[in-house]
Amino acid sequence: MLIDTKEEARRQSEICNACRYCEGYCSVFPSLHSNREFSDGDIIQLANLCHNCRGCYYACQYTAPHEFDLNLPAALAEVRQDSWEAFAYPRFVATHFQKNGMAIALATSLCFAALFVLTQWLGRGNGEGFYAFMSHDLMVVIFAPAFVLPLASLIVSLRRYWLAVDGTRIELSHLHDALRAAANMHNLAGGHGEGCNFEDEDRFTQARRVAHQLVLYGFLLCFASTSSGTILHYAFDLSAPYGLFSLPKLLGVPGGLMLTWGAVWLFRLKLKADPNLGSMAARNGEFGFIALLGFVAASGIVLYIVGQTAWMPLALATHLGAVLAFFLLTPYTKMVHGIYRFAALVRDAQRKTDSNSP
Amino acid sequence: MKIIRASESYDIVVIGGGNAALCSAITAAEAGATVLILEAAPKAYRGGNSRHTRNFRCMHSEPLGPLIESYSEDEYFNDLMKVTNGETDQGLARMVIRQSEECMPWMERHGVRFQPSLSGTLSLARTNAFFLGGGKALINAYYRTAENLGVDVKYDASVTHLEVDDGEVLYLDYIQREQSFRLSPKAVVVASGGFQADTDWLARAWGPAAKNFLIRGTPYNRGVVLDDLLRQGLEQVGDPTQCHAVAIDGRSPKYDGGIVTRLDCVPFSIVVNKDAERFYDEGEDVWPKRYAIWGRLIAAQPEQIGYAIIDAESLELFMPSVFPPIKADTIEDLAIKMDLPAQKLRATVDKFNASCGDTSGFRPTELDGVSTSGLKPPKTNWARPIIEAPFYGYSLRTGVTFTYLGLKVDENAQCSVGNRPVSNLWAAGETMAGSILGQGYLAGFGMTIGTVFGRIAGKEAAKYAN
Ligand SMILES: Cc1cc2nc3c(=O)[nH]c(=O)nc-3n(C[C@H](O)[C@H](O)[C@H](O)COP(=O)(O)OP(=O)(O)OC[C@H]3O[C@@H](n4cnc5c(N)ncnc54)[C@H](O)[C@@H]3O)c2cc1C
Ligand code: SF4
Ligand code: SF4
Repeated sequence: MLIDTKEEARRQSEICNACRYCEGYCSVFPSLHSNREFSDGDIIQLANLCHNCRGCYYACQYTAPHEFDLNLPAALAEVRQDSWEAFAYPRFVATHFQKNGMAIALATSLCFAALFVLTQWLGRGNGEGFYAFMSHDLMVVIFAPAFVLPLASLIVSLRRYWLAVDGTRIELSHLHDALRAAANMHNLAGGHGEGCNFEDEDRFTQARRVAHQLVLYGFLLCFASTSSGTILHYAFDLSAPYGLFSLPKLLGVPGGLMLTWGAVWLFRLKLKADPNLGSMAARNGEFGFIALLGFVAASGIVLYIVGQTAWMPLALATHLGAVLAFFLLTPYTKMVHGIYRFAALVRDAQRKTDSNSP
Repeated sequence: MKIIRASESYDIVVIGGGNAALCSAITAAEAGATVLILEAAPKAYRGGNSRHTRNFRCMHSEPLGPLIESYSEDEYFNDLMKVTNGETDQGLARMVIRQSEECMPWMERHGVRFQPSLSGTLSLARTNAFFLGGGKALINAYYRTAENLGVDVKYDASVTHLEVDDGEVLYLDYIQREQSFRLSPKAVVVASGGFQADTDWLARAWGPAAKNFLIRGTPYNRGVVLDDLLRQGLEQVGDPTQCHAVAIDGRSPKYDGGIVTRLDCVPFSIVVNKDAERFYDEGEDVWPKRYAIWGRLIAAQPEQIGYAIIDAESLELFMPSVFPPIKADTIEDLAIKMDLPAQKLRATVDKFNASCGDTSGFRPTELDGVSTSGLKPPKTNWARPIIEAPFYGYSLRTGVTFTYLGLKVDENAQCSVGNRPVSNLWAAGETMAGSILGQGYLAGFGMTIGTVFGRIAGKEAAKYAN
């Protein structure tokens, strides 16, 4: 399987290398054109640079029924998917979740159930608000490993990726370039800044770029909110619940809303987009992942709304269950794309510096 | 077959679905006309040869979009005269050149986006504006624009006949899904390209050799409308033996192989025919200036095939092409793999190698004068012996880009019969390009002609229809 998808991507890359018409769309092509032959590592790097904007599919004069049968977005998506599975640690877990939305839902339900049971019978603290139902210590006991273990797994994966693509020593300028490209989703802008071809065949729209950034920045805000809560808790001995004008809420409420909105939007865009231009195998898992992401955010907002009512324990368990599943599954779902994309952008920045120096 | 009278009525029918057709349809629709495009190809293959293009040549007095420096009317014109050996209608050519400058902003307004000159084409950065995503992206943008303007498009709709009587088109017939339809628009624009995809027609002009030619672009440009109109006495221009043909990879598909089948290895190779004999100076000039003559050179060889042989030293000196070269450790093995007489090829290579002299001045990107001595035909530049294993070979065939025989038009893009204009018939693009240049070709000029004349035809047809 792994061999075949790379072979197909290589065949197509060789055609693109003789053509070069799409050079202006994204970072994939300049990188592709700097090679004459493509090692497995080259192909994996190209696949992770590709943002599936589909510009190069609709612009291609060689798509089926032409015998060259070009579909670079799909070919690279399959390689990308395979590479995430191959680099995941432990590998077998990824095999179960990457392509399987049901498995994601099941894991989420289990986490929810587990937390529900814990809050009901074990965790009763004497704290206020949430902590009345689940002591802060218990939360830490559950969530610290749920955060650290995936992080460790991601580090292993990143290392595997970096070795595979022959990455070299990283300099500040590489990180700077990569951050800039990620911050405005340069590679979903179509070269001319008008977006990508996700919604309506060859029409360029900003929808996916905007929706994705809602999710990205929403997620970062939520993350910052949780972090600020942790800092307040430990450093200032201020514990939840926080008021509306506290830092955790000021970050978390807009973040949650953005994340929910972005996730729903992405889900709908994905329904509209032609599935044949992405990884067919992973489609189900991708929907599952977006749903989980949206659910994490939405349940957080619900929790905020019903926080003072009798529904709170249920909402709390639901939200924390979703968060737990989200963290645990990070290395094995689409969430992992973020770190590979970033690594690929860093690697590409290295390539550019290398080719500019004499 | 029963002909159905189509129930719709349009001011203008545009025949063809490539660049010239879309430029005229858009212009006519913006002038208020109701327009129908009849495109012979299915949607997936819409856009004719235009979908294979990458740039258009554009005059400019100062940096314009991606174009650097300037490119004056006179310089442009002189470039054209050089390649056409003077076979140029100077008035029309200058008109096209002058109008090319305003084409770029027009194209941008109608959805076309540009990019800096592609890697490997730096020599064109000043003269040719490259379409972001290539010709198919341009075509897609134009179809969107046209549809937003209310232009109707029928795919798989092949026009078979225009009834021209007493200087006027009375009606036209087209076939769609094996059903024949008749329309009587007020005006018609013909933008259906050349006839190169009809290899029978090519063979009539060229002899049976043409059966071995490959067609670089669309299989739908079969010259049906052109033939139909010429039979009815419309003014013609150019002769059927004139076509633009280049040497492309012999393994390319019969049709639609497009840009990727191009081979740039000739200057660094020796080229032999199927008897393993050289026949022309491979190093006569830099490749962009020579690639168009190799189509004809190959066409003149037995079975219309050639073989370029290089060694490991030269492999990276030219752009990669779509198919990997045939590879072998000895010249003899390479010959066997390529179906060439092994001893003969060995002898040809040895003779070539022996005639190479001092190669220290070898410069792949300029005329370096590193030539053979005492060899016939000589290789006058880049003559480096072929000694470094592994050896590589590509087969070469004639790839036809387009034909020149076409409809004669005036500066208003109007067609004529006898000495008077056909009151409601205009032509644009490849199908009338012979009115401007009768032989030779300047990279990017085809799209310029199509854009300029497409817009003129659209404007004139709309004026007539209103
Ligand atoms: C590989 C390749 C690369 C090229 N690159 C460039 C370049 O970079 N720059 C440049 O300027 N030129 C280039 N050219 C030349 C360029 O393609 C032509 O000059 C230009 O596209 C002509 O445009 P057109 O609209 O006249 O014809 P086309 O784009 O060929 O359109 C003709 C249309 O007519 C339709 N048609 C044919 N018969 C009928 C019928 N009976 N009924 C209805 N419809 C019919 C066809 O389906 C097609 O849609 C290239 C050509 C090739 C083959
Ligand atoms: S996707 Fe198609 S048009 Fe784009 S570079 Fe590749 S072969 Fe060329
Ligand atoms: S799908 Fe978009 S990002 Fe991916 S290679 Fe094509 S143009 Fe680049």
